[in-house]
Amino acid sequence: MSETTGAGLGTTTDPGQDREQGHEQGREPGRDQALRPHAEDAFAGELAALAAADDRVRPARWKLSPWAVATYLMGGTLPDGTVITPKYVGPRRIVEVAVTTLATDRALLLLGVPGTAKTWVSEHLAAAISGDSTLLVQGTAGTPEEAIRYGWNYAQLLTHGPTPAALVHSPVMRAMAEGRIARVEELTRIPADVQDTLITILSEKTLPIPELGTETQAVRGFNLIATANDRDRGVNDLSSALRRRFNTVVLPLPASADDEVDIVSRRVDQIGRGLELPAAPRGADEIRRVVTVFRELRAGVTEDGRTKLKSPSGTLSTAEAISVITNGLALAAHFGDGVLRAGDVAAGILGAVVRDPAADRVIWQEYLETVVREREGWKDFYRACREVSA
Amino acid sequence: MTDDLLLLGVRHHGPGSARAVRAALDAYRPQAVLIEGPPEADALTALAADPAMRPPVALLAHVVDDPARAAFWPFAEFSPEWVAMRWAAKAGAEVRFIDLPAAHSLAREDAGPPAGDGAPDAAPAPGEGPVRDGGPDPDRAPDSGDAGPGAAPGEGPDPAAEAVSVRIDPLAVLARTAGYDDPERWWEDAVEHRAEGDGDALAPFQAVAEAMAAIRETYGDGGYPQDLPREAHMRLRIREARKAYERTAVVCGAWHVPALATRTAAAADRRLLKGLPKAKVETTWVPWTHRRLARAGGYGAGITSPGWYRHLFTAPDRPVARWMTKVAGLLRDEDLPVSSAHVIEAVRLADALAVMRGRPLAGLGETTDAIRAVMCDGSDVPLTLIQDRLVVGDVLGEVPPDAPAVPLARDLAREQRRLRLKPEALERELELDLRKDTDADRSRLLHRLRLLRIDWGQPVAGRGGKGTFRETWRLRWEPEAAIRVAEAGIWGTTVEAAATARAEDAAVDSAVLAEVTAVAEQCLLAGLSGALPTVMRVLADRAALDADVAHLAAALPALVRAVRYGDVRGTDSAALARVAEGLAQRICVGFPPACVGLDADAAAAMRKHLDEVHRAIALLPAARPEPAGTRGPGSPESAASVTELRERWAGVLRNLAERDGSVPGLLRGAAARLLLDEGRLGAGEAARLMGLALSPGTAPGEAAAWIEGFLAGGGMLLVHDERLLALVDGWLTGVSGEAFTDVLPLLRRTFADFEPGVRRTVGELVRRGPARGTRPAGTAEAGLPGFGPGLDAARAQAAAHTVRLLLGTTTTTDLATATDRTPADGTPGATPTEPGTTDVAPGTPGGTDDDGPR
Repeated sequence: MSETTGAGLGTTTDPGQDREQGHEQGREPGRDQALRPHAEDAFAGELAALAAADDRVRPARWKLSPWAVATYLMGGTLPDGTVITPKYVGPRRIVEVAVTTLATDRALLLLGVPGTAKTWVSEHLAAAISGDSTLLVQGTAGTPEEAIRYGWNYAQLLTHGPTPAALVHSPVMRAMAEGRIARVEELTRIPADVQDTLITILSEKTLPIPELGTETQAVRGFNLIATANDRDRGVNDLSSALRRRFNTVVLPLPASADDEVDIVSRRVDQIGRGLELPAAPRGADEIRRVVTVFRELRAGVTEDGRTKLKSPSGTLSTAEAISVITNGLALAAHFGDGVLRAGDVAAGILGAVVRDPAADRVIWQEYLETVVREREGWKDFYRACREVSA
Repeated sequence: MTDDLLLLGVRHHGPGSARAVRAALDAYRPQAVLIEGPPEADALTALAADPAMRPPVALLAHVVDDPARAAFWPFAEFSPEWVAMRWAAKAGAEVRFIDLPAAHSLAREDAGPPAGDGAPDAAPAPGEGPVRDGGPDPDRAPDSGDAGPGAAPGEGPDPAAEAVSVRIDPLAVLARTAGYDDPERWWEDAVEHRAEGDGDALAPFQAVAEAMAAIRETYGDGGYPQDLPREAHMRLRIREARKAYERTAVVCGAWHVPALATRTAAAADRRLLKGLPKAKVETTWVPWTHRRLARAGGYGAGITSPGWYRHLFTAPDRPVARWMTKVAGLLRDEDLPVSSAHVIEAVRLADALAVMRGRPLAGLGETTDAIRAVMCDGSDVPLTLIQDRLVVGDVLGEVPPDAPAVPLARDLAREQRRLRLKPEALERELELDLRKDTDADRSRLLHRLRLLRIDWGQPVAGRGGKGTFRETWRLRWEPEAAIRVAEAGIWGTTVEAAATARAEDAAVDSAVLAEVTAVAEQCLLAGLSGALPTVMRVLADRAALDADVAHLAAALPALVRAVRYGDVRGTDSAALARVAEGLAQRICVGFPPACVGLDADAAAAMRKHLDEVHRAIALLPAARPEPAGTRGPGSPESAASVTELRERWAGVLRNLAERDGSVPGLLRGAAARLLLDEGRLGAGEAARLMGLALSPGTAPGEAAAWIEGFLAGGGMLLVHDERLLALVDGWLTGVSGEAFTDVLPLLRRTFADFEPGVRRTVGELVRRGPARGTRPAGTAEAGLPGFGPGLDAARAQAAAHTVRLLLGTTTTTDLATATDRTPADGTPGATPTEPGTTDVAPGTPGGTDDDGPR
């Protein structure tokens, strides 16, 4: 199942009306043709309106006050009537803690299972605070130290020796020099020794360049947002020294079934259009069922709170629910009668739930027998699931 | 407000209120302090000054001849009332309680629901029992009425249900007016977190009183009509005090302040109080805990964070920094790496959050958010620990020994008198015959006391007699028992209620399934039907989370027994059956995978479970008809689901029997046997399975294990179905010499379990059978070894007739299957089996085979 990062919670709005302002800073031409504009471009109008209305104290080099940043993410209406669309659907508390953390000199670590909008939140935070979400390091197993500190332009280096001109600045280094927010994606995928180069940056707020005998000191306003996946904490767990430099905020899965059904249907519509699936009537019931199954297994308790369940090893994130439904729609459109039915999603659910063939299968069957079987109006679903599980 | 009277409107359990009260009393120095509480407890106020008295404690009022009807007024260290009491004791001022006497409020209960004891405390969650026992009204009404933050949840359930809809929460109204969506947060910001010493000590009370007056102008009694007589009584008592003293201070819920300040005619107040019912009431102090103060503990007007409030009240300065240090200490004790740097960062974050949220001081919300982000890596797991140990806290109150006896002790004494069981220091044995009512009651009492950790009686293994209706106890009343009784007073006012609450608590706290089952069993022994719903719920939850099928299988038989024998009088045994059924379903799902790849010992253990579960599932439907009568609709459906369950279990057995070598032979054999015995497996099928299990491809040890599993149910099978015997016989002769030594112990064990008669018959059949079997096969008439060819219908009929007479007509099914088997299976089955037998049989002169297994 593919990981649709950011798909889970972010509300996407049509950025069209904001484009004019996006150009003010004179970026390279053709930017409005971008498949996906940066947050600071897409929502430039909202950011400008917020900045105009914001009369609270702003930390050094922040474009907005912490309160305004929180409003930008959570949505609201300004005194002048400008409507700020919500970028993040979830508890306000979380956004408040995140913004407050960035206002102190501690770095922010966003944790969450795939599909909980970590990247999305980090991008919008950087856009709102620094007006620039592009100072980004993508963490992979092959991320080198140069990506976090600095590299060399070897042609220059060979010709002139180590000079400031031969230095290639990393996004983190630029953020330090300019007092902006840097972002590190998938921090736990970065090898541990490379991760640890962040320690000096975060505690001493300086980046020594021994080759030149100088250093780059962070300017006020610099901070760092890292995202990491809850589920593969074990890949390259953070050393406790590094961990201590971060305040951790866990982005939760959608709190209510209605929220999640809403997010799923919206995304399914978008994806369906993108893939040019034949328009099939969306089985709203099936979506609700899939979301219910995912939520119940994830939470380890039925929605009515009466029965406890075992949780399977898979993530069962919103993103996976979206993928199950999309698959089911494709099945229904191409091989079924065009209507999304229990049978179309059953196989997908089985695949999402049963990751570990031994343990998860028992969990799934227990769930089928003790919960699904007795549920009113779920008979067809139960039969379909039994068929594929047999 | 006049000079000789000071009204201090507070929130119960508000630390800010408590500080303010202390400051106000210091400034005003009243000669008398009047407190909202039952006047019957006036005599007990002296004890409040006793150094041996440590809050949290509660004033307990109960009806003398019915201790189950009781009400509690809990006080914590940070309760304004408690502060006022202590202040008065130190300053030598008179303390009086001025609320409506408990005699009235407790008596009023019987006007409502018929029985004060049973109904109210059956429903609530564990630990709730005692507080609500009889008198939710005096306990709750003041708090929901006054600026108590617990107003909302307190309003919900029971007696005065009709009034609920119109009740208002004064705090919520004020908070909304101030632009807060959370009343509690507003009160914290406006009152509790106010910095001390900003001028006039009396000013805050003035402000609160004005606010409440405005609300009461708008909303009248706010939906609390029962407050009117209470306030009338308070006014009368205030009037008395004003005549006697120059300066009187009143500490009461803020809600009452406007009503107490208005001037009314004494006669009108007296009229309101006329004709109220009265009951004989006693009061005492009982120790309380923070957990019970917490809302989760069931105190309607409770507070979510007694530990935090206590901290706010006791911390000399920098409450947030001190709190974070405490939290860090707790986390370090749990081996979580938390350094001073963490504490510093957490304090900074909490302060920054408070600024961002526009609050005067970081509250519990901000500190919790900061702790989560800085110290707990965003995880909620350590937070629950903090919540439990610090925010709520483990504080246990103490009451001096000279406080009046708790009602539990009285109830126990009464029970002892009723059952003629004297508490004696001398050890003695007591034989109980549970068929007698008195003895059964005695047993229940002793079991209940054991649940309460009052070890007056210890069960002793009965002398000889195996009967389940006999119990032997060793009784010995030690002085500590009295202390234990006093301690147990916290659980309830009667032995039954206390034991029920204790059992529920034990069930909720237990870690593994077996513990819950044990509690359930104790509940049955102690006749605590009230605790069973909770215990059953916990049991169902634990069962759902327990991944070990063996645990589930171990729990099922006891549960089914309970359902079947209806051991629990008056319980919803349908609920019990549902839990049992759910458990069985889970076992059905989990059993086959759990049988894979087991060694010999594990397989043996599993087979025991297999047998037990099989028996339990077979017994389950038998319990059905009983509840069906009482339950009416729905029972046919559940009967159907039991049938389905049995089918499913049969499916599991079939699955096991048909599995390949990954499942131990012992289990496969046992499953096949259980199916055969139930008639779900034709004899031909059984022979096929046996043939498979005993075919040359199988290791001899494995095959022997299969035989052990298959024949464990008894050897008669071999006597009656000689085809199976022939198979075993054939296999055994085929086992090589070396392998035979390995297999021997297993076979020995199997055959040693047979009855001597069966063993002999099997031996004789093996010796003689093959001789008959050598008869050429091919004719349909060919008989089984040991039997004549074909069926002599006339002779069989005569025998069958006698058998029918012996067994009665109801068991004709048995007869039918017995007669069916011979022609149906014998005829076609004979053909394939015969050649094998012919080959082998002559070579077995009986001796070795026959003796071997023995």
